[in-house]
Amino acid sequence: MVALLANSARVALRRSGASACSKAGYAGLTSTRGKATLPDLAYDYGALEPSISGKIMELHHKNHHNTYVNSYNTAVEQLQEAQHKGDIAAQIVLKPAINFHGGGHLNHSLFWENLAPKSAGGGELSTGALSKAIDSTYGSFGEFQSKMNAALAGIQGSGWAWLVKDKQTGQIGIRTYANQDPVVGQYEPLLGIDAWEHAYYLQYQNRKAEYFSAIWDVINWKVVEKRFA
Amino acid sequence: MASHTLPPLPYAYEALEPVISKQIMELHHQKHHQTYVNNLNAALAAHATATQTNDVSALISLQQKIRFNGGGHINHSLFWKNLTPPGTPGNDLTGAAPTLREAIISRWGSEEAFKGAFGAALLGIQGSGWGWLVSAGGPKGRLEITTTKDQDPVTGDVPVFGVDMWEHAYYLQYLNNKAGYIEGIWKIINWAEAEKRYTAGVENPLKL
Repeated sequence: MVALLANSARVALRRSGASACSKAGYAGLTSTRGKATLPDLAYDYGALEPSISGKIMELHHKNHHNTYVNSYNTAVEQLQEAQHKGDIAAQIVLKPAINFHGGGHLNHSLFWENLAPKSAGGGELSTGALSKAIDSTYGSFGEFQSKMNAALAGIQGSGWAWLVKDKQTGQIGIRTYANQDPVVGQYEPLLGIDAWEHAYYLQYQNRKAEYFSAIWDVINWKVVEKRFA
Repeated sequence: MASHTLPPLPYAYEALEPVISKQIMELHHQKHHQTYVNNLNAALAAHATATQTNDVSALISLQQKIRFNGGGHINHSLFWKNLTPPGTPGNDLTGAAPTLREAIISRWGSEEAFKGAFGAALLGIQGSGWGWLVSAGGPKGRLEITTTKDQDPVTGDVPVFGVDMWEHAYYLQYLNNKAGYIEGIWKIINWAEAEKRYTAGVENPLKL
């Protein structure tokens, strides 16, 4: 996971032209003098069709994700200013904006990586530690999928469902998060599925169960396995 | 037990064009609102059973479903009525809502200042939710702009009018341009309905 995140951090740095990196952070967010930048996708916008249309991918990446990146950078600038002035109240006021936009940047960066076109192995989970963990936790892969789909369908409003790893026990589990709340603290994000309406509406409208069922064809299990290891 | 039903729209699906497309209105009313109605009825039926069997833990676990789906039914029922086709008499703030207009101006200084503040509140919603003009405590109360998350309804105050900021309310037409949707919504606010709610309150929008 660390290696993977460091890699997306490098992509972000290359794009921003920053030269110094003190420490690789979390999914493309780095503590450098540079700013967070929109990471490149590892595939074309149309490459996830028919599960996710090219138009959705383009808007989702270039417009939605980019807005989180820009708004996060703005919030961080304001935070630095407040820290510089020693203005504690102003720092506290900025917390929701940093959680929301920073979370949006984290979540989408992880999401793009955990998707892959079918032609590049999307949808294929090979036998290994992760598939064993899924079988022993849920009984079977199909049972895991239906639990994940039920969790996604149960989100009331905007949010995400994640397959996570509990840092304390090493166990995997399914958790949902509201809005752009990121997976932090006790849990590590393995596989995230975006249940915001903008993630599927142009193609599936209110038939979100169809989107939740189609997305399994383009899950990049190699990345999920790496995060789990 | 009487069940809730989808209220008919007070105008045709295409009547709010060009601000809101026919396709959005059809999906929003026939699919989204209908789903809230169906899920509310299911939750209330389960609630009635749990009440009969005195199953308190089942009653508690049903609260969130009732809040979400009941809220969705209330909010959409209020929303359809607080919209009107563009250019209709109800959309003229000065003519249709003299009392409310005066209260808005005395609270925000001008119509434009109010619209600016309301739009900023709508844009500030993080995730799904609604923006409302409310009259605090009852009719002719202090006007406030408030937002509610997901399908939380306004309780305690009078909802003068509401704007749905879920992506399903605008995405097929405006994509990520939320500001464009907000700019358009003023052309279809039903100020006559808003005046009525502000001066006399709202009747139970879900009367069976």
